[in-house]
Amino acid sequence: MMNLPLLLAAEINWHTVFFYLVAFAACGFALAMVVSNNVVRMAFFLVISLAATSGLIFLTGAHFVGAMQLMIYVGGTVVLLIFGVMLTAQQAFISMKTKAGDWILALIVGGSLLALLTQIAFSVPSWRTSDYQARLRAEVTAAEEEIIAAMAADNRTEMTPAEEAKLRPLLAKVKYGQPELTSQVGLGLVGVRADKPELDSPGYVGYLLPFEIVSVHLLVVLVGAAYLARSKRSVPSAAGEGGN
Amino acid sequence: MDFLTEPVGLSHFLAVGAFLFATGVVCMATKRNTLGVLMGVELVLNGANVNFVAFASPYFREENLGLEGSLLALFVIVLAAAEAAVALAIALNYYNNHSTIDVDKANELKG
Repeated sequence: MMNLPLLLAAEINWHTVFFYLVAFAACGFALAMVVSNNVVRMAFFLVISLAATSGLIFLTGAHFVGAMQLMIYVGGTVVLLIFGVMLTAQQAFISMKTKAGDWILALIVGGSLLALLTQIAFSVPSWRTSDYQARLRAEVTAAEEEIIAAMAADNRTEMTPAEEAKLRPLLAKVKYGQPELTSQVGLGLVGVRADKPELDSPGYVGYLLPFEIVSVHLLVVLVGAAYLARSKRSVPSAAGEGGN
Repeated sequence: MDFLTEPVGLSHFLAVGAFLFATGVVCMATKRNTLGVLMGVELVLNGANVNFVAFASPYFREENLGLEGSLLALFVIVLAAAEAAVALAIALNYYNNHSTIDVDKANELKG
């Protein structure tokens, strides 16, 4: 049994707490999606699972990607799927039972895959824990001690602007982490690398070409989807293979 | 409650990604509904995305992927949206012709 004062006295790592919360939500609702037979319920569980996954992405500091996950996936793709469910429902509460043999085979395959991947994920010792927070705290403590020593040497009670400028970014890093800046992502898409300047050689275009390809791809795909999904005329036309 | 005081590492994120991936594979294998299979595909892509972003994060490793991981994850999201649109159009077309989207009924191509 744990008692509350001890729990509060211990240095709780909130990043870890939120990670476990969000990971539990993502995995639990993904599992609920697999075991449910109702398509509408599956769509609902998928929405929650994807939203929790965007929370995971926020926890890694990739804020822009997390926001895109929420907007495109949860706000777009899943809505598309739900429309598909509504347009293809024969009757209310449709449920498709899976055969027991299929379940056994799928669980053997999926379970072995999960065991293998998890074993690989935990096989590298330096991946099991992160020294990021400890390193940051050590940096801040060292800087503060240096400033205190300098102040004691000069008999000052206030920090000089230079010392403050040195300490402030460190404190901000401790408080807010190290999120990826949206401007860096945008510059990276057009070929300017703010995070790795050594890549900025003449002729390096970064992700400009894949970005263009993906844009044209999206346009072609939407046109194609609109063409495929258009409603046919149910009356057979006498002209044979005419347009719609 | 010891595990709540220690920082999470990269392995934890990779394990969640692996779980989503395996769940998606099981979903693709067991669902007889076309849209159920599609949702399994979305789960698989999300597991991959979690891996990309975790490898790109500065919180776990000194030598991280940085921007590459994030941009790759963004491309995956866009391509998943495109794939969902096309697959849905195909499913609707199939439904118009067969008035069902049970994948076991789609057996006209057998030799």
